[in-house]
Amino acid sequence: MPPKAAKPAEAAKGPAASESSETPGAPEAPARRGPLRIGVGGPVGAGKTSLVAALCRTLGEELSIAVVTNDAHATEDPAFLVERGSLDADRVAAVQTGGSPHAAIRDDIAANLEAIESLESAFNPLDLVLIESAGGGLSTTFSRGLIDRQIFVIDVAAGERVPRKGGLGITSADLLVVNKTDLAPHVPADLEVMRRDAAARRATAPGGIVRETPLPTLFTSLSEHPGAPAVADWVRGLIVEHGSPAVA
Amino acid sequence: MTRSALLLLADSRFPAGAHAHSGGLESAVAAGRVHDTATLHAFLTGRLHTAALVAASFAAAACHCENAETLAELDHEYDIRLLSPTLRSASRRLGKQLLRTARATWPVPRLNLLAASPDEGSHHPVVLGVVCAAAGIAPEDAALCAVQGALTVPADAAIRLLGLDPGEVSGVLAKLAPPADRTASKALTLARMAQLKNDFSMLPALGSPLLDLAAEDHATWEVRLFAT
Repeated sequence: MPPKAAKPAEAAKGPAASESSETPGAPEAPARRGPLRIGVGGPVGAGKTSLVAALCRTLGEELSIAVVTNDAHATEDPAFLVERGSLDADRVAAVQTGGSPHAAIRDDIAANLEAIESLESAFNPLDLVLIESAGGGLSTTFSRGLIDRQIFVIDVAAGERVPRKGGLGITSADLLVVNKTDLAPHVPADLEVMRRDAAARRATAPGGIVRETPLPTLFTSLSEHPGAPAVADWVRGLIVEHGSPAVA
Repeated sequence: MTRSALLLLADSRFPAGAHAHSGGLESAVAAGRVHDTATLHAFLTGRLHTAALVAASFAAAACHCENAETLAELDHEYDIRLLSPTLRSASRRLGKQLLRTARATWPVPRLNLLAASPDEGSHHPVVLGVVCAAAGIAPEDAALCAVQGALTVPADAAIRLLGLDPGEVSGVLAKLAPPADRTASKALTLARMAQLKNDFSMLPALGSPLLDLAAEDHATWEVRLFAT
């Protein structure tokens, strides 16, 4: 994993220290200290905020959580998270994107990093920071400098062909969540087709190289399972792997 | 090396958080004051002779500074030139974001001069000057970089908010290039004078009351694309 955005302590050591141990091309175990950072991306209306709220509610008892939102509406998402996610208002920070969702989470992550660090210093120790992107395209993914892992959320109502279309979110997110499965009969959409296409897209890396293990996909219905238990379990696994500062 | 470093830093894609700001343009568009390339040109001309000149003279002065105390003094002088609390805190936030990116880009000890500065971080033009010094960029180019930033931020926002032809917006910026160069030269002269007299209060203190008021109003909007 390339070095995360330099923190003051690291930068003070000078160029030699910051270039030493971490080499690009090893994106596995997150090496950075501090809370686990998970990005939640996906198109408008897929259910990103609902998923984040569900995770906050389900994991809020066991973990210290904060959220960064990237939305043009300064109060809508934070208010929703406070109400539905049982989150304290000061644990939610809003970042403006200048109308470009991908810019704020991928091309220029400075504002998001700063928001995360403010939350980290206000609620030390935190276990988990969820960064929710503004609704973007199928290739709107997070910079590895901003997050440790990313979830890409699509929904069944957008049509069964979405997984087949691919895009970086579908093919490379650490977890693909296909939401609103309860709507499948009304669309109509064949969940089996979506499952098969998603598995095929996520079995190979860009360029067609077959992955050792295909990236995981979870099918959810937040109206049937409001706590998103499967996604919460995936997050719990990452927390253990990350070695959270607050649990230790 | 230094000329390429200048191009890198002055590029509006340099990832230091500026893309989320409109330099007051989002308010001006909402109020109907900017709606085409001609009104954008007028808006940018106003900015060139006020905010850009002030920022550039502080950047040039900071680029010269080699100790933390003088930088803190410079930071204070810039602080009292910003009447809008929203713009004050935005300038500090942008300063922090620039410093973070600069640390990853040019990890040299010169940047540590700013680490000692007070709690919230230094103002953007002050950080810009120190970053220029760290990157081997001379004070006159630090001033130019500050001027350029003051113009490209609203220009980029205009492309997004008004759907203006990006080529025409580049044309507006090209037309403003000669006055932008003159503003940078003037800023450098003012910074040198203040340095000679050892009195940073001599640095220019020009502003725009309408932009200050609009910034305070903008901060209360429920739906806005830009942070300022």
